[in-house]
Amino acid sequence: MTVIKTSYNRRSFLKATAIAGGGMLLSFNWLAGCNIPQTKEKALEMPKEWFELNGFLKIGENGVVTIQSPNPEIGQNVKTSMPMIVAEELDVRWEDVVVEQAALNTGVFKRQLAGGSQSIRQGWKGLRMAGATAKHMLKQAAAKQWEVPVEEISAKDGILSHKSTNKSIGYGAIASAASQLPVPEKVTLKEVKDFGIIGTSRKNVDGKDIVTGKPLFGIDVQKEGMLIAMATHPPAFGMKLKSVEDAAAKAMPGIKDVFTIQLFNDDYARGFVDSTAHSELVVVVGNTTWEVMQAKKALKIEWKNSGEQTLTIKNFRGGTVNKKLPAALENSVVHLSQMKQIAASTAKEVRKDGNPAKAFKDAAKIIERSYSAPFLAHNCMEPMNFYANVTKDKAELIGPVQTPEFMEKTVAARLGMPLENIDIQMTRMGGGFGRRLYGHFLLEAALISQQANAPVKLVYTREDDMTHGVYRPAYYATYRAALDKDNNLIGFHVRAGGIPEGPLVANRFPAGAVDNYLAEDWSIDSNISIGAFRAPRSNFIAGAEQSFLDEIAEAMDKDPIAFRLELLKRSKEVPVGEKNDYDADRYAGVLELVRDKSDWGKESTKDLHHGVSAYFCHNTYIAQILDMATVDGKPKIEQVHCAVDCGIVVNPDAATNLTEGGIVDGIGHALYSGLTFKDGVPQQSNFNNYRLIRHSEAPEKIAVHFVKSNIDPTGLGEPPYPPIMGAVANALYRATGKRFYDQPFMGDKDVLG
Amino acid sequence: MATFDLTINGEKKQVDVDPKTPLLWVLRDHLNLVGTKYGCGIAACGACTVHIDGTAMRSCVFPISEVGDNTVTTIEGLSEKGDHPVQKAWLQHDVPQCGYCQAGQIMSASALLKDNPNPDDKAIDTAMNGNICRCGTYTRIKAAIKTAAKNS
Repeated sequence: MTVIKTSYNRRSFLKATAIAGGGMLLSFNWLAGCNIPQTKEKALEMPKEWFELNGFLKIGENGVVTIQSPNPEIGQNVKTSMPMIVAEELDVRWEDVVVEQAALNTGVFKRQLAGGSQSIRQGWKGLRMAGATAKHMLKQAAAKQWEVPVEEISAKDGILSHKSTNKSIGYGAIASAASQLPVPEKVTLKEVKDFGIIGTSRKNVDGKDIVTGKPLFGIDVQKEGMLIAMATHPPAFGMKLKSVEDAAAKAMPGIKDVFTIQLFNDDYARGFVDSTAHSELVVVVGNTTWEVMQAKKALKIEWKNSGEQTLTIKNFRGGTVNKKLPAALENSVVHLSQMKQIAASTAKEVRKDGNPAKAFKDAAKIIERSYSAPFLAHNCMEPMNFYANVTKDKAELIGPVQTPEFMEKTVAARLGMPLENIDIQMTRMGGGFGRRLYGHFLLEAALISQQANAPVKLVYTREDDMTHGVYRPAYYATYRAALDKDNNLIGFHVRAGGIPEGPLVANRFPAGAVDNYLAEDWSIDSNISIGAFRAPRSNFIAGAEQSFLDEIAEAMDKDPIAFRLELLKRSKEVPVGEKNDYDADRYAGVLELVRDKSDWGKESTKDLHHGVSAYFCHNTYIAQILDMATVDGKPKIEQVHCAVDCGIVVNPDAATNLTEGGIVDGIGHALYSGLTFKDGVPQQSNFNNYRLIRHSEAPEKIAVHFVKSNIDPTGLGEPPYPPIMGAVANALYRATGKRFYDQPFMGDKDVLG
Repeated sequence: MATFDLTINGEKKQVDVDPKTPLLWVLRDHLNLVGTKYGCGIAACGACTVHIDGTAMRSCVFPISEVGDNTVTTIEGLSEKGDHPVQKAWLQHDVPQCGYCQAGQIMSASALLKDNPNPDDKAIDTAMNGNICRCGTYTRIKAAIKTAAKNS
């Protein structure tokens, strides 16, 4: 039995009225029913009155429960899984629950952010407590009414019972009395073995609305008097606005205004969410999207080189640092030669165990390989957009953003408005992948609305979205392994970097498993804006490392899985160094599970080539085996097996879906995708020249195997993504006899070779 | 500007717009049918797929002046109660992640099944290759299409 104090973010449990009004999200269908009718319509009947028990939930007199989903929904399905956790502890039937997307409300909720695969992990305790607290209050109210000890009351499926007096009452009938009670100081949480909702598959609460085309997304917002806005940014990184000739555009039908906006005040210190390369934009405002698109094309804009720029950046200690951005108009071809040059010279040591220099000097054999990957655009299918209605003393902002709490502060600072006058509402997002952590588009919408003096929806064209990015950096890594005369691994060296930041995570595997280990880091400054992209850093270094381990295993004449398991055994039994950032048993556990579930090492009649990969990031362990065939010179991925250790799995089928998605996404980026630059200009601007994986290129089958666990849940949005790139590379080698080092492995090509 | 009489989801509509306006923006901005999504504007991603006389078309490049007497069906009109076999299969397989591309996927899949009630993998790939899903739900989409084929 776990008894916990409710002091954890206690404000959430004091009766909050803060959700009043926040529920009616526009004209949206705000209630997402959990009883999705499969065969016949059986909609929940809404209660006449709601009783709020805490900031997370309210109960109607008929027993229907509304649960607030606090975090932004970007496709990771937290809008279903977070309320499931509350419902579990509340002991209510999932069919009696309706889910509501909470608005940004820092007074009630904690960490309303989609990022770092942390929504479930960090929300876990608070969500359980919300359910348990409310259940306890319902029990107390019943105990009072029946004049029996509260400990003797049991709760199940929304009904409270007292065995010896044979009394029972539904939550709805006692909710009014319960809502008058004080919040308990302590509550008891359920045992994992008693879970009835967590660990069972529940359908996406927005599923019906998605498949019937209901307005759910920011881009769907329609408001009375709303205008459409589009913004033009410089064509190249390293350029800025010189002059605008807007007469022709202004004269076009449906156009209301053309003006420029300046994103930040000169003295503003930017936080991490304020990343954007272009701070002055030319804006067209008009009645309809098509009209605004046409007028945007009619603008005659001159640009000039921005020269070297200095940005003031907030650091994590509350101070500021000045960051200089180079003046050059950058080129991908030059980037690659710069990276190769620096990789061959010096770097900053970030971890050293033993005497790597001696190990490499004494080595009988040294294997050295280098890996590279390009910049990537996030390419959320819903382009960046935001609705804003800024009046003299109030800002209403609605749309897709992963960091509403941070962006509220950015907007407040720019508009000179107190935080409490800024209302940010979250819509379902057509993808996030890290792109919507950087909410400059929200600020842009606010400034446009203020200038236009009207409610405005800012919409990026696909070209705007792809060429005005906050991209995944370009990366490069060189690995070296030292083998002695008996073919033992005696030294390991990784030197990795990127533009403008590197991918190295120094204390991860195989650190801890090799006596002589050296990790070094470097970076090259750039004026191209970069940010987090699904599993930042890991999304490159995992694939490089796992490809390299495959080559070492081959050189040592060992089975690639057995080799990894040997390293993990070593790291567990006699760990080298300190701060090794992984649990060797759990790491080995996923490798063994995926080996046992797949055809690995077994006789097969099919001509399939296997590639294995395993990685630990965002608190979750993943191992994958990819089975590849080649058909007409093209790689055909028959099957991927994926073992996952993410602790308790809240919603297994949805977790499987997310894992499948990460795998497909990773295969696509490893094989096909990349963003290149010429004179600062992104060379890809739409899906005709930026290649993303498509139906025919996806694996035929993906089998996801979760490790059974009672450990508190960890992240899943990111972890399945990075390692699959290594599995692709390793399978490609077995299919073609050729190692692949530079992503995208196929790029624009359709056939291998 | 010109006036156009349209039949959309069985209803008569009239709009007064620039003849070059793509059907997508007429649906979204003028008729408040926002289920059809903007993804690329160049018929390269399939998010905007609708049926024009039963054929899957990319509405982002289809000028309103070309619609004529042809009937237009959008995701909102695919079925009266959201119970088209493809929609039901999508729910059964819990296909969507972010959900943004799914209206386009469903419109492509339902047009495919109308012409080819029992498509094999190759036929599914061919019909669906124009629809990008950035979340990577392709394997579920294929499974859902097969379920829908069985149930329709």
